[in-house]
Amino acid sequence: MNELLRRYGMPLTALFSVLTAFWLLILVILPYIYLFEESFRPYLPVTEVGGPNDTYSLNNYLAAFKQPSDWKLWLPLAWQPLIMPVQAPIHVQVFVHTILFSSLTTVLAFVLTYPIAYYLAKIANPKNVPVLFLLLLVPMWVSEILRAFAWFIILALKGPVNYGLIGLGVIADPIRWMTGYNSVILGLIYVYLLFMLLPVYNAVQSLDTNQIEAAEDLGSPWWRTHWRVILPHAKPGIASGSVTVFMLAAGSILVPTLLASTNSRWFTEVIYQWMFESQDWNTGSAYAFMLMILCTVFVSVVMRLFKVKLSDIAK
Amino acid sequence: MSAGVDLDAVSADFGKFRAVDRVNVSIQPGEFFSFLGPSGCGKTTILRMVSGFITPSEGAVRIGGQDMRTIRPNQRPTALIFQNLALFPLMPVWENIAFGLEVRGIDKQVRRRKAEELLRLVDLPDSADKAIAQLSGGQKQRVAIARALAVEPKVMLLDEPLSALDLKLRQHMRAELRTIQKRTNVTFIYITHDQGEALAMSDRVGVMSQGRLQQVGVPQEIYNHPANGFVASFVGENNIFAGKPGAADKGLARFETDRGSFTARLGPGVSSQTPCKLYVRPEHARLTAEAASGNAIAVEIADVAFEGNFATIQARDSDGRMLMVETRNDGAASLPATGRKMNFVFDAERALILADDVPAHGRAA
Repeated sequence: MNELLRRYGMPLTALFSVLTAFWLLILVILPYIYLFEESFRPYLPVTEVGGPNDTYSLNNYLAAFKQPSDWKLWLPLAWQPLIMPVQAPIHVQVFVHTILFSSLTTVLAFVLTYPIAYYLAKIANPKNVPVLFLLLLVPMWVSEILRAFAWFIILALKGPVNYGLIGLGVIADPIRWMTGYNSVILGLIYVYLLFMLLPVYNAVQSLDTNQIEAAEDLGSPWWRTHWRVILPHAKPGIASGSVTVFMLAAGSILVPTLLASTNSRWFTEVIYQWMFESQDWNTGSAYAFMLMILCTVFVSVVMRLFKVKLSDIAK
Repeated sequence: MSAGVDLDAVSADFGKFRAVDRVNVSIQPGEFFSFLGPSGCGKTTILRMVSGFITPSEGAVRIGGQDMRTIRPNQRPTALIFQNLALFPLMPVWENIAFGLEVRGIDKQVRRRKAEELLRLVDLPDSADKAIAQLSGGQKQRVAIARALAVEPKVMLLDEPLSALDLKLRQHMRAELRTIQKRTNVTFIYITHDQGEALAMSDRVGVMSQGRLQQVGVPQEIYNHPANGFVASFVGENNIFAGKPGAADKGLARFETDRGSFTARLGPGVSSQTPCKLYVRPEHARLTAEAASGNAIAVEIADVAFEGNFATIQARDSDGRMLMVETRNDGAASLPATGRKMNFVFDAERALILADDVPAHGRAA
C-alpha cells in the first residue's frame, strides 16, 4: 500500500483501491451473501415473504436427502448400470456421481497431458514449441458450447466415429457411445485439457535437465527417472492443474447438458432445475453452497493425502 | 576396479559445426586425466560422449576395451559429476547418494549403510538425513562425489565441478579429490579451463583448442615443452616475438625479429617454412644493468608489482611494447626502480620457437 502511494500518489491509489473494493464487495461477496441468506429461507409466494412463515431453517439443505431409491451406477464404457447394494436419495447419488466422474476426468486429463507436457518441455526442439502451443490453443478460441457440441456430432449414432468403424470393418452395427457418463467425461476432458497441460508443462519445464541426465547416468531406467525425479518435481504443477480441472468439471453445466445421455445427471443440472425450472432460488442456493463446500473439503482431503500444501500450488 | 578409456579418432558434429575433431587418446586405468582448454574447445562434448549423452559422429569410445557405441548412459560403467552437481533437491542426502543403488534394486538397509559409509569417506558423517538445501557449496560437492562413487563406477567424469566454489575451498577440494582418487583408484577424467587445477591434480593433461587435442603429457612436459604456440600461451605466461627462423644447429636456431636476431631452441616440427613465434616465459628472463651479448633487448622499467614470494616487472622496449619478467624474491636482491634503463636478457636454451598451428574449427566432412 505504501509502495502504491509512493509510486502513483494519492488520487490514483484511491481509485485503484475503490475499484478493487467495488469488484470484490459488490460483484463477488454481496451476491454470495445474498444467496447464502436465501438458502436458509423457505420458498414462498411473494405475498408471504417477510411474513410469519419466512423463518430460517436447514430445510433447503435437507431436501437433498429425500426420495431414496435404488442406486444405479453407470461406469464408463459399461452398457449396463451397476446396481449398488444400497438405496440412497436421488440427489445424493447425483452428487456422488459428479464427484466420482469429475475425479476420473481429472485423472484421465493428467494421464493424457503428462506425456505431451514432458515432450513439449524436454524433448521438442525449443524452436518449435511456440508453434506446437499455438496448435494446442487454437481450438480454445472456439466457444465451449461449440466444442462440446462437436463431440455430440462425432459420437452420434450415425456420426463419423460409428461410420468410420463400420467402414473399417471393426464393428458391424453402430454403437451407442452416449450412454451413462461416457460422453460427459469425454467432453469434460476435451474442454478442460489445457487447464491441466499448462501448469504441468510449466512445472516440468522448470526442472533442470541435468537432473534427468544425472538420474540416467546413475543407471536409472526411464520410468524410474519419471517416478523419482520428474514427477516429484512437477507435483505442485500437477496439483494445481488437478484442482483447476476438478473444480471446473464439477461446476460445469454446458458439457453435462449438451453431451448428456438419458442416464447421466450432473449436480449442476439439479441446481439449474431448482433455480430455473422450479423457480426455487432458495433450494437452488442451498444446493450450490453444498456443492462448493463439499468440493472444497474433498479437494483439501485429497491434497492432504498427496502431501501437497496450498502454498506449493500458489507458486 | 577401474577401466581405461580409449578415444579412437573421435569426432562430434553439431550440424555443420565440428565441436570435436578426431581426438585420439588412451587414458590408463586408475589415471587422473584432465582435459584443459578454453570454453567452447570441445572438452565438455568429449565428456558427454564418454558418458553416453552424445553419440560420436565418427570414431569410437571404448571403456575397458569395450566399444560403447550401442550402450546407453544408464548402462555405462561411468559416473558423471555435473558442473552444477545436479543433486536431487527433493531427496535427503542419503537417498541422493543411494539413488544409484535403489535403481539396482538393493535393499533399503543396505543402501542406507552404504550411504553412511560413503559419507564418512567424503568426510561428511551425520549428514545422512539433511536436506540438500541445508548444505554449503563444499558439502554439496562432497555429496555429489559420494553419489557418483556409490555406483562403483570404473570411470569418473568430472565437468568443472569446482568452478562454483570460492578460491580457498577450491584449493582444499583439489587436494580432497586427488586423495579420493588415489584411495579408490578409479579412473578420473576431469574437465577444466583452469590450468592451475589441471597441472596440480593430474597425472596427465590433454590441452584442447577448437575441437582438437593439441598436446597430451604430464604436467611438467606441458609447461616446459609445449608442443605449439597455443599450448605455450594457454598454459602459463609468455613474452611472444613474431619473426622467422633461420639456420639451425643442434636444435638451436637463429630467429629474426624486428627487435633483432636471437638464438633459441627449435620446437617440435618447426622448419624454416613453418609459421612460428618465439616464446620466452617471464621467469626465464632476467633484467641486467650492463649491456649483455646474446639475447638482449634494451628496455625501460615501466611497472613493478611485488607479490611477496615473487615480483612481476613490466618493461617497455624502444617501440613501446611491453615485456614481462618474473623474479623470485630471495630476500636480498633489490627490485629495479621504474624508469630505469636495463636489458631484457634470456638464455637460448630456455626460449622456444613454436609453430602457430592452431587449426580452426573444421567443417563436418
